[in-house]
Amino acid sequence: MREENVSNVNMEFFVDMQRCIGCKACEMACAECETNGHESMIHVNYVDRAHTIQTTVQVCMHCEDPVCANVCPADAISKDEFGIVHTANSERCIGCSNCVQACPFGVPKKQESYDLMMKCNMCFDRTSIGKKPMCATVCPSGALYFGTREEIAEMRPNSTPVKRFVFGEEIVNTKVNLMMPKGSTELKVF
Amino acid sequence: MVSAGAGNKKAFGLDRGSNNYSDLEYAEVIIVAGANVSETFPTLTHWIWKARDRGAKLIVIDPRVIPLARTADLHLDVKPGTDSALYGAMLNYLHEKDLLDHDFINNHTSGFEETLAAVKTHTLSWAEQVTGIQKEKIQQAAEWWGKAKTSFLLHARGIEHHSKGVDNVVGCINLVLATGRIGKPYCGYATITGQGNGQGGREHGHKCDQLPGNRDITNPEHRKYIADVWGIEEKDLPGKGLSAYEIIEAIHRGEIKGLLTICFNPLVSLPNSNYVREALEKLEYYVAIDFFLNETARHADLVLAGSLQEEEEGTTTSAEGRVIKINKAIDPPGDAKTDTSIILELASRLGAKDKFTYENSEAIFNELRVASKGGTADYYGITYQRIVENMGMFWPCPSLDHPGTPRLWEDRKFKTPDGKAHFNPAPYRPPGEVTDNEYPVVLTTGRVVSQYLSGTQTRRIGKLVGQYPEPQLEIHPELALKFGIEQREVVKVSTRRGEGLFPANIVDTIRKDTVFIPYHWPGKLSANLLTPGTLDPVSKIPEFKVCACKLEPQGHIAPPAEKSSAFKSS
Repeated sequence: MREENVSNVNMEFFVDMQRCIGCKACEMACAECETNGHESMIHVNYVDRAHTIQTTVQVCMHCEDPVCANVCPADAISKDEFGIVHTANSERCIGCSNCVQACPFGVPKKQESYDLMMKCNMCFDRTSIGKKPMCATVCPSGALYFGTREEIAEMRPNSTPVKRFVFGEEIVNTKVNLMMPKGSTELKVF
Repeated sequence: MVSAGAGNKKAFGLDRGSNNYSDLEYAEVIIVAGANVSETFPTLTHWIWKARDRGAKLIVIDPRVIPLARTADLHLDVKPGTDSALYGAMLNYLHEKDLLDHDFINNHTSGFEETLAAVKTHTLSWAEQVTGIQKEKIQQAAEWWGKAKTSFLLHARGIEHHSKGVDNVVGCINLVLATGRIGKPYCGYATITGQGNGQGGREHGHKCDQLPGNRDITNPEHRKYIADVWGIEEKDLPGKGLSAYEIIEAIHRGEIKGLLTICFNPLVSLPNSNYVREALEKLEYYVAIDFFLNETARHADLVLAGSLQEEEEGTTTSAEGRVIKINKAIDPPGDAKTDTSIILELASRLGAKDKFTYENSEAIFNELRVASKGGTADYYGITYQRIVENMGMFWPCPSLDHPGTPRLWEDRKFKTPDGKAHFNPAPYRPPGEVTDNEYPVVLTTGRVVSQYLSGTQTRRIGKLVGQYPEPQLEIHPELALKFGIEQREVVKVSTRRGEGLFPANIVDTIRKDTVFIPYHWPGKLSANLLTPGTLDPVSKIPEFKVCACKLEPQGHIAPPAEKSSAFKSS
């Protein structure tokens, strides 16, 4: 098992918002999973439907230094050795929603019916045995892609994957990549 | 029936998309006309992006900023019902600037001069007036299209569901033929079919003027061949029948008194649903075969529980003309039977058991192979085994050693009587109903991604209902202001045929003179209460995509969508 995990370190997640068509196939696929209690851990939202049809698709970005885990008073959120930030430990989570407030990407959601924070774990049960995350396998437009950096570079010569985000003075480095115009090095949010 | 099919037969003598989608990959210019690909054929999106990643220019023609149009290089926001004016003006421009493939036109086509003459008045300025698209945009589209080395043109119901749907289709084909970009790598043209097996069904007899292999039911040779395959007398074959909407009209006239339908929900899917309902009530005897009790089946004297695709083995033919194997995954529940076994049992009760002696679904397919042999849609060389081994096979495939035909017309041998591709004149004419003082707004209809056709399957799935619970009236803020309509206010939308109540969704992403309502819902939520039954004279397809309506705000805001009646059983 250990060897399989190491060999899959080369596969990465690439998200391209401009390709999102808002079909929500990813949400439906995610919600089929019993691990999540049939709740979708990926979120598709309109940016501003009155003015544009643009949607965004948000998976957990799996931060190097996850704010959600840092602000958790119950130490319920952990990042494992493969860089995956997991859903709150159900025995520890106190449902305070600190993580919900703190995440710069809006990923963790408190599921009131379970009194538990739940979030995307990049389908760790699948990716750890060499399978792709469910959402990436069903996306019809290529907004979600799971593969190697070499593959994405060959397929999309006009885009560059970025995993450094600047929120004011806060710098967040992530495991998941966002596709940006060619030559970009970071995404700045003011 | 099918405007794309009729248009393709006129131009090419054969009804199939000319290319498989891998020809999109290196197309320099892609035109997507009247096709909300992202919501109605989402898997096509990644092919279009593959081309865009290699620098392709994307031109989207649609009255709304559909998801694909949002990032397109050029969005032509055509006024519904004026598509042929746009194509005519583009053809005229290609001629003026001599962006034509004269070798191809001279050697492999006919009808060019008449077709060009029919649009000589279609100047860019004139087209701007008619279509509402800035002439600079039309010119840009024609320039890109004219100068491209490779290209792909795709269209769907947005240009086909019109009283001049066939004109719109041949208008598109004229642009393809004028530039000679067909039958070559990365040079393509295709209609995008609207449902699973939308292609396969119409090749072998779903249409009332056909026999298997896309043969003509009025052609004596074709009749003789099929009669021999089926072991019957040629005189026992019926003649040309009526298309779906003509059947409804014939019921009204008292000429049809009995009806058998299979997977058909015309109360939701056909225009002018009040008129359709009256017809259903006039029937003396009606049998509906369906997997769920849909709204139309409630009018039936007898309902036979049929099967879903997952419950039966067979084949489907994709929009690309690729024949694909479908395997049975589960048995039909309870007393439900497979659709095939219902049809076989009916045949037996009607005294024709000896003509329907199939051991299994493969035996039926093998008969189809023989019946289609020599027709334009020739399946003879396609077997269950070859389909599985090749991940699908493209027709025409006339022999067991034939590899199939992913790309048509490489040999330049078109299936028309003279062997040439035909230009067909398609000068602009107005839609069946235009706006006036009483009905001042253009209404167009379409689909949303979470619902499928008349919703018989998808309106029963909670998460899909939750995604878009009720039909909304999409309206531009300027038009909403003019009529004093607030966001989510209930609006009475009326036409000469009926009226319905729809909450307003005020968005910048639609033309200022047009409103849009998706059609998947029944009863008071049905957009087809409003649409007209005006038919295309050739294809007999109704004009779902354009009519004139009146908007009256009702003074109250609709409850949140999650409290919609859509979640309740009707």
